[in-house]
Amino acid sequence: MNTAATAFNPACPDNTSIKVDSPTLTEIPVRQERGERAVFCGLTSIIWLHRKIQDAFFLVVGSRTCAHLIQSAAGVMIFAEPRFATAVLEDKDLAGIADCNDEIDRVVERVLQRRPNIKTFFLVSSCPSEVIKLDLGNSAQRLNKIYQGRVRFADYSGSGIETTFTQGEDNCLKSLVEELPNTESKEKNLIIAGTIADVVEDQFKRIFEQLGVENVSFLPARNEEQMPKVGDNTYVLLAQPYLGETTRSLLKRGAKLIQAPFPFGAEGTLEWLRSVAKVWDIPEDKFESVISIPLARARRALTHYQDKLAGKSITFLPDSQLEIPLARFLSRECEMKLKEVGVPFFDRQIIEAEMNLLPADVTLTEGQSLDDQLDRVREDKPDLTVCGLGIANPLEAEDLRTKWSIELMFTPIQGFDQAGDLAELFARPLIRESRLEC
Amino acid sequence: MQLTVWTYEGPPHVGAMRVATSLKDVHFLLHAPQGDTYADLLFTMIERQNKRPPVTYTTFQARDLGSDTAKLVTDAIQKTYQRFKPDVMLVGDSCTAELLQDQPGTLAEGAGLPVPVVPLELSAYSRKENWGASETFYHLVRALLIHQKEQSGDKEEGIDKLEFKKPKANLLGPSVLGFRCRDDVVEVTSLLRAIGVEVNVIAPLNASPEDLLRIPEADFNICLYPEIAATTCAWLERTFKQPYVKTIPIGVGATADFLREVGQLAGIDVEEYIQNNSSRLPWYSKSVDSTYLTGKRVFIFADATHATAAARIAKFELGFDVVGIGSYSREQARDVRKVAKELSLDALITDDHLEVEKAISELRPELVLGTQMERHIAKRLGVACAVISTPAHVQDYPARYSPQMGFEGANVIFDSWVHPLMMGLEEHLLGMFREDFEFNDSAAPSHLAAEGTLSNQPEEDIAKNTNQEIVWDLEAERELRKIPFFVRGKARRNTEKFALDSGLDSISLDTLYEAKAHFSR
Ligand code: SF4
Ligand code: SF4
Repeated sequence: MNTAATAFNPACPDNTSIKVDSPTLTEIPVRQERGERAVFCGLTSIIWLHRKIQDAFFLVVGSRTCAHLIQSAAGVMIFAEPRFATAVLEDKDLAGIADCNDEIDRVVERVLQRRPNIKTFFLVSSCPSEVIKLDLGNSAQRLNKIYQGRVRFADYSGSGIETTFTQGEDNCLKSLVEELPNTESKEKNLIIAGTIADVVEDQFKRIFEQLGVENVSFLPARNEEQMPKVGDNTYVLLAQPYLGETTRSLLKRGAKLIQAPFPFGAEGTLEWLRSVAKVWDIPEDKFESVISIPLARARRALTHYQDKLAGKSITFLPDSQLEIPLARFLSRECEMKLKEVGVPFFDRQIIEAEMNLLPADVTLTEGQSLDDQLDRVREDKPDLTVCGLGIANPLEAEDLRTKWSIELMFTPIQGFDQAGDLAELFARPLIRESRLEC
Repeated sequence: MQLTVWTYEGPPHVGAMRVATSLKDVHFLLHAPQGDTYADLLFTMIERQNKRPPVTYTTFQARDLGSDTAKLVTDAIQKTYQRFKPDVMLVGDSCTAELLQDQPGTLAEGAGLPVPVVPLELSAYSRKENWGASETFYHLVRALLIHQKEQSGDKEEGIDKLEFKKPKANLLGPSVLGFRCRDDVVEVTSLLRAIGVEVNVIAPLNASPEDLLRIPEADFNICLYPEIAATTCAWLERTFKQPYVKTIPIGVGATADFLREVGQLAGIDVEEYIQNNSSRLPWYSKSVDSTYLTGKRVFIFADATHATAAARIAKFELGFDVVGIGSYSREQARDVRKVAKELSLDALITDDHLEVEKAISELRPELVLGTQMERHIAKRLGVACAVISTPAHVQDYPARYSPQMGFEGANVIFDSWVHPLMMGLEEHLLGMFREDFEFNDSAAPSHLAAEGTLSNQPEEDIAKNTNQEIVWDLEAERELRKIPFFVRGKARRNTEKFALDSGLDSISLDTLYEAKAHFSR
């Protein structure tokens, strides 16, 4: 199956991807690095996914490490009983004394007794469950039969041997896509894919309404009922830059991808919306009239931080896959200088529209060799380094300012009205530096 | 499979990381997938360590599984040694790597490194963090000292030479991510110095392998945290005839007992010192204001060391009623059970926080002494809480000096346990001005202003009839509202129980006061 590869060839007659403008792709070299990686695994994404999908439960089948990761990575524990848990494998499960299938059924039953309102139940595999080849796909099928549609079971991998932390969401959404109902509708409909905060979702909804773009749905939706339908007239617009697998699944189901920069910053959001307006044939003046006020507001908000960020340099360690769009935003809208931009993996299909907007001299790295990369950070001495939680304080102690990448997942940063907040996230460490005397 | 939402302890390799990170010049190579690198943040975020833990992860991926993960380990061993040049290398598996059976320890031993390699077996599917720390510390100490065993002749006379040199003790057990270890070590060191005992080695916290080699030079050991050091202390006792002090100096009484036990091993009379030095806790407990502490119902859940210590302080030094006690430390469960028995209680030994939550909501204590898990539970239930043990959060690693051990530790404990409670005067004023509209139930006492208003949840609970069969008449209900809110729940429950026991199906004003008389102590 090579739909993915052909879909993005503009010359291909059966091109399913819509390109807004098609400038020639700047060939920025991507340096490969292999070695120790310092990125969390896909289980981490459960922290935001379980808040977003309000009638879903996430059961990780894994080890104590997996349970500990989720609770530690959340940083703050969630007060209400969370809609996730780990079924921790024990010696007797590994020795085959306890039948893992029975055990899973028992644990699922216990969860559903406590939480009878769950509609979607994700069985999430981990490194240990994958290494012992526990087939959660089978379990999902079996449980679907047992619960006969009252609860829908899906499975996906959040393991560290397969996924980095945002890839967990990609796999989760992919598993949802496979179950989405079909639509025969002849009308164009739009799926916005990628978890965004409810408040941002509502803002986008309003803008699309004003533009006259109807049939907009979000993946993931807040609950099962609102999950999108997909068909031949479905267009996909990505709100997050890490959804390669989800996108390819949607394309297989007949949807078309709208290539656009990601909605970070005023410009990013503008181009993101414009790409839809083009597909929907919205007249330019109407587009302008809807967009002009929030756009002006976004630009105004940005001015508060531009002087703090302009001329400052920044390095991204590979982590969330948000690195490239954020680097674009910071370089173009905040005039920051990009040192190294690292990504865990490089998915050209998804990131294509961003690549033309990056400065040609940017250093892109794919993969990681942690200690070597930290050596480069020490040498480059960027004014700001975006990195994982484990590394931030040690870098601060070496007098390097940092921003935690995971905060970018927990904070509403997309859209016009968050452009200022996004810039502020990066400005804050610098502002603090300028305030502290000792 | 065990259904787990929050866990008290991490996996055993996190315990190994705690030991490695406590030490100097030691590096830990952990065969683990990339996601396991989250553990760094425990050290750098929760305890605000300014360096990365000395841990290198092999971060194997699925695509490596088909080929050769062992090769990955072999390469990592060389690279890691070259980069960090540690004096000792620890090598172990995370849970996933344990399943691969690459034997990284054996590979490392065969790698021809010029430094000692200590392989760790961490049993990820049956054991947990503290056990992992204990095993790591034990295997490291053993690996470094086993050769000295042959050379060490009889050191029977060690302690007899007191006239010439001060007795020396090792402090074993303090580690990073332990509860207030940083300050406990300072406090205990100064206590020992005051009675004329010299501290020889503190480990693992800030010790280098060279320091560990000097452990046998001490006359005896002090096991400060049995969760981490008991195995090592027992081995040192067998191997080097070093006896060890078992009393944990948390609380006034325990600190005195500790000094006596040290005195006995060191041949020092400590009574005079104990007479002249103590904490402010006993006087504070006796002061008028503390009348209001008497009989407060407390629930304790912590690691074994802190749970058992807390029980003694709560009961004998503050005059509380301990209504429940438990621990997640299965390895030390026996100690907790023993203390529970003395209190005529059944110890709750579990690592399921839902069970703990159930116990707390059933017992309705007025104060919970626990971990960050219990802080959440208590907050939800609207009960006061103080954190006394790991797992703890960033705010439990305070900037100020705040030991738990020794006489100063007792001062700190008095303050931090009493702080979340109503102070005596406040309790009174609240009763007196209850009907003042500005002084209503939902206003938090002033010293708790930072914590915001008190949770409304118990209010809602209380407002609801807990028992469907019993009806409160209007007058009784109104009277109940006049009872201060922090005892209102208890009053309601007691009255309903009284009514049920007396075969009543409704509660009148009289029933309320009869119940009050019935239950008054
Ligand atoms: S309430 Fe306490 S334990 Fe919970 S997340 Fe906040 S600081 Fe941590
Ligand atoms: S990396 Fe694997 S073992 Fe570690 S927490 Fe993630 S899924 Fe669990």
